[in-house]
Amino acid sequence: MPTMNFSMAINEALRLEMERDPNVYIVGEDVGAFGGCFGVTSGLLAQFGEKRVRDTPITESAIVGTAVGAAAAGLRPVAELMFVDFIGVALDQLYNQAAKMKYMFGGKAKIPMVLRMSCGAGIGAAAQHSQCLEAWFMHVPGLKVVMPSTPADAKGLLMASIRDDNPVVFLEHKILYGLEGEVPAGEYIVPLGKADVKRIGTDATIVATAAMVHRSLEAAEKLAAEGINVEVIDPRTLSPLDTATLLESVRKTHRLVIVHEEVKFAGSGAEIAAMVAEEAFDFLDAPILRVAAPFTPVPFSLVLEQEYIPSVDKIMAAVKKVVGR
Amino acid sequence: MGLNNEKMISMYTNMVKIRLFEERVAELFAAGKIPGFVHLYVGEEAVATGVCAGLNDKDYITSTHRGHGHLISKGGDVKLMMAELFGKKTGYCKGKGGSMHIADMDLGIMGANGIVGGGPPLAAGAALAAQYRGTDNVAVCFFGDGASNQGTTHEAMNLASCWKLPVVFVNENNLYGISCCTSKSMCVADIADRAAAYDMPGVVVDGNDVIAVYEVATEALKRARAGEGPSLIECKTYRHRGHFEGDPCVYRPEEEVEEWKAKDPIPRFEKKLLELKILTPDTVKRIRESIAKDLAAAVQFAEESPLPDPKEILDDVYSV
Repeated sequence: MPTMNFSMAINEALRLEMERDPNVYIVGEDVGAFGGCFGVTSGLLAQFGEKRVRDTPITESAIVGTAVGAAAAGLRPVAELMFVDFIGVALDQLYNQAAKMKYMFGGKAKIPMVLRMSCGAGIGAAAQHSQCLEAWFMHVPGLKVVMPSTPADAKGLLMASIRDDNPVVFLEHKILYGLEGEVPAGEYIVPLGKADVKRIGTDATIVATAAMVHRSLEAAEKLAAEGINVEVIDPRTLSPLDTATLLESVRKTHRLVIVHEEVKFAGSGAEIAAMVAEEAFDFLDAPILRVAAPFTPVPFSLVLEQEYIPSVDKIMAAVKKVVGR
Repeated sequence: MGLNNEKMISMYTNMVKIRLFEERVAELFAAGKIPGFVHLYVGEEAVATGVCAGLNDKDYITSTHRGHGHLISKGGDVKLMMAELFGKKTGYCKGKGGSMHIADMDLGIMGANGIVGGGPPLAAGAALAAQYRGTDNVAVCFFGDGASNQGTTHEAMNLASCWKLPVVFVNENNLYGISCCTSKSMCVADIADRAAAYDMPGVVVDGNDVIAVYEVATEALKRARAGEGPSLIECKTYRHRGHFEGDPCVYRPEEEVEEWKAKDPIPRFEKKLLELKILTPDTVKRIRESIAKDLAAAVQFAEESPLPDPKEILDDVYSV
């Protein structure tokens, strides 16, 4: 199987879908000759031309809004905002227009668009270029929310997202762009709404997203050396959430730790914890714990930023607590 | 300019249809038959009529919270509209949308919109789709004086101009964003002046003169269809009624209302057509009777239609 990094896996998904379907186009700031803020769209302008790889002014509302209008009129846009932090200036077009049109119009509209955005801390980009905001999008009926953690998942989920007839928010953790991994060649679809068990275990379940999947796997390996066998699940799609896979794991391990880089308060983990408490309370042998960022803007100084991001040590401590060690 | 007698009668009929529809809605709302908010188009009929007279079913429009006139002018079915206003299952949106969200994608009606300034980026996007496919279809963005001050309007106009999108921005300047008069909400006399910032034509027109609206719209649509890019048309008009039904309208002087009612677009056009003998008093009577009959049927359809089943609440959140 070929190996490539997360960024090039996304690039390949874009290229394959654009080759397959002439209605797919890319739109965003610096996505053309510049190749995207993180290089994800590099080479695509040369292959597909300016009609299908559309550089825009700095105009997030119009990037998102024209994508919504074009999708309603039958195209399949893949819009990019450089950073999820910029969604605030364009939010109406996403949550009041794209997400609600089908429902408000009695089912007679579809909005097949993808909104790709980088997210996450770890490069010293400070408070307005480092956030994880997935819970914002999860809270909106009509949106799908996808957050891959590996190059293969990034490719397969993006191809599925482009083919989906709903507005899909596709969140790419920027620290993962350089991550290498095996990626199936050619058409590769990872269905939306399906979690992936990244590590099988018996003593506790960790549910983690994006970069936190890797920290959780590292914690799991270290815990294994201490005789604690942890299962690590990546939901991959946060909305719709694969509750069945999460519940099945919790019913097996009886212990749950949720790890994400969003702030803990009202983050995606709050929903997952509440869902498990509602559906599988009797199976739990310990309180559900969340390891997440503190309730503060993302700080700049690297020492503070590292304090902000959940660490392997903190994940290990939480697991030890739920297993009583 | 393609305005034969038949077309003028059809435009007149459309204006009367909007007026009678809205007057009926006002009565039904007052009688408690229609829930929620309704924002009526009475007084502004010439704008939607004059612009949409130049459109076909494959052209797109985006509308506003004051959308009934746009929908009727683009071919919307008054039965399905009325049923939607009643919140009935048979309505355009199966009772899920109401007055502010009526759409008919088959007719290119991309929806009324509850967000002031929500429509302009959507219209630019629909225009992009038309351009992308190599068609000569266009999108018309109806928006009010209120929306003209929203950032989305600026972004949509700028991008539409950069990309020469086939979109016509039709501003309905009725002087008030709810209670806030344009004398306080903007520092230029004409919204059309802003077109210069986007290097697109900007034209002010008497929005109560349907022929004048038709003529400037025809020019703008021709330009858009020819791939020459967007235009901005500012239609000076006035809403006879409040912002919403129930609005006490304390913010505007009675003399101003009377002054504008004297410029009512419908009697004005009717008088002209009678003078030109394109209409006779008898045809006027027959047109009005025919519309009244259709509206009575629409109201009956709405009244007799079933309400949605509460079990339908989750239907159509997602495409499957």
